[in-house]
Amino acid sequence: MLRTEEMLLNVGPQHPSTHGVFRLVIKIDGEIIKEATPVIGYLHRGTEKLAENLQYTQIIPYTDRLDYLAAMTNNYVLCHAVETMMGVEIPERAEYLRVIAMELGRVASHLVWWGTYLLDIGATSPFLYAFREREMIVNLLTELSGARLTFNYMRVGGVKWDAPEDWIAKVAEFVPYMREQLAGYHELVTGNEIFVNRVKGVGIYTKEEALQYSLSGANLRCTGVKWDLRKNEPYSIYDRFTFEVPTREEGDAFSRYHCRMEEIEESLKIIEQAVEQFPEGPVLAKVPKIIKVPKGEAFVRIESPRGEIGCYIASEGKKEPYRLKFRRPSFYNLQILPKLLEGENMANLITILGAIDIVLGEVDG
Amino acid sequence: MAKKQAKAEAAEKPEGEVDIAKQKAEAAAKAKAAALAKKQAKAEAAEKPEGEVDIAKQKAAAAAKAKAAALARKRSKAEAAEKPEGEMEIAKQKAAAAAKAKAAAKAKAAAAAKNRAAVQEREEVNTHSEISPNQSKLDQIVSAIESHVGQGALLEHYINRLSKDVPTLVANPDTYFSIAKFLRYDEQLDFSYLSELHGTDFESHMEIYVHLHSFKMNQSVALKVKLDRDTPVIPSLVPLWSGANWPECEAYDLLGITFNEHPDLKRILLGDDWKGYPLRKDYEPYDVEV
Repeated sequence: MLRTEEMLLNVGPQHPSTHGVFRLVIKIDGEIIKEATPVIGYLHRGTEKLAENLQYTQIIPYTDRLDYLAAMTNNYVLCHAVETMMGVEIPERAEYLRVIAMELGRVASHLVWWGTYLLDIGATSPFLYAFREREMIVNLLTELSGARLTFNYMRVGGVKWDAPEDWIAKVAEFVPYMREQLAGYHELVTGNEIFVNRVKGVGIYTKEEALQYSLSGANLRCTGVKWDLRKNEPYSIYDRFTFEVPTREEGDAFSRYHCRMEEIEESLKIIEQAVEQFPEGPVLAKVPKIIKVPKGEAFVRIESPRGEIGCYIASEGKKEPYRLKFRRPSFYNLQILPKLLEGENMANLITILGAIDIVLGEVDG
Repeated sequence: MAKKQAKAEAAEKPEGEVDIAKQKAEAAAKAKAAALAKKQAKAEAAEKPEGEVDIAKQKAAAAAKAKAAALARKRSKAEAAEKPEGEMEIAKQKAAAAAKAKAAAKAKAAAAAKNRAAVQEREEVNTHSEISPNQSKLDQIVSAIESHVGQGALLEHYINRLSKDVPTLVANPDTYFSIAKFLRYDEQLDFSYLSELHGTDFESHMEIYVHLHSFKMNQSVALKVKLDRDTPVIPSLVPLWSGANWPECEAYDLLGITFNEHPDLKRILLGDDWKGYPLRKDYEPYDVEV
């Protein structure tokens, strides 16, 4: 018999498939993973500590740098927390601009996930297609906000400025184009036998485990839990749109893939309806230049592309928060990884890690 | 908004003097109506509870704006009526600009006043106001806890009006774990999902905030516990929700709160040799090289 011995293997922190600086120390016996220990914190910038010395509007650019693939939702969650505490009413047009921007962000984020996930497991060309379409969204959001990724677009009470002329028309044009491309993606990848063999039945967990580990987003919905805060705890104007919450029952990597792909379609539906209903009017409510939040505390949560993103503010009635805390979905979603990897084949490591869809800026805060 | 309105109105102005007279009358009527609306809105606001006050206030603000615009318009028209053709254009522009500026200033003042009032109001709302729609759920949870965990298990319980009316329970450090366990496993309550856990240094004490969700009740609840700031020790929730693992490590890492029975309590974000707990309010950065 061949003698085998346990070996420690370091994955990362500088490894392309971790999509950032994430380190994984794994103990392997031959091809089988015995134990996996995630090491995080390489990108910790102390956002919450910095925020304690900043005014609310000054914190918004910091939120861009948490989940940098979908910064609009991060902008929103902070503004939403402040607005909830202050009781500010947001102008209609601003709400629509926010929703369109956030949903475009969701599509862009899922596209990045789709492209890089397939790249990780060996398919090179989907990455190019995904980034072509994603670039169009990035261009739209650049026109809107002036920045490619770190938008800093939302403000307490609305948005920084109105959309440029014709912008809404460009968004409207993008929707059918994206639908067409999405059909192409499915033709290219979804039925591909090699791909299906790599992801089907890999990284399975049950509904109970998903809830036990506080998973959210597609990671939760892939086990059959129909839970989307846009539907279940409607915020902003999401109750005005007709859209579905895609779920799957299997709880494997392939079901997470399906959930995300269908979410792109649902987001396109929302964008389409928002563009149709897009109203005239102001884009910023009348709020004081220096924002002071009433004394007390609040925790709000919304649905980001990665799951449930939350913001807790404890205020003493000053212009800076006493304590600011973000509930970062990637941080919570990543916790289940050691459990999923135990006893797995080495080759499935990246398939499982990739399917969780983490952004390290968000994991590390 | 006010600026736009004034501009639109300035652009609309007809040349004929008959029209001017007509418009004058119209403007006067408008102003009168606006004043009335304002008065009415104010009266309504005085009677109405929280939600409606905002609407009433907005109405009043809008009315005030309309009034300002109408006033400016009236004046510019009066001036225009006296002046010859050539001067009229300039006068018109001047009047429009003045109206714009005035309306904007007024709107700004109104908005500032409104928001000052709003902040005050929100603070009041949090202490006393009408019954929240979540009150019955809070009562249900509290009575269940009191009958199963024990009377006096909760230090305090209230509806947090600032936080979307979430029922908030404040536990003793001694009863914290048993309350959490009850919330988790009770069949009626079934708080199976831990949404968030974090700590805060309130200087007088440390606090843990846990946000739980029950899909069965379709309700969230906030569970809080106050800890001694010098020796913050509390049982870990990991045996109940595995999702509490990393958040507890984070609270340990950044605030120095110790969680008993935690499977692997470690510095999760900072380095193992880090000195001190950065999110504590009295934290002094330690740097060997300085």
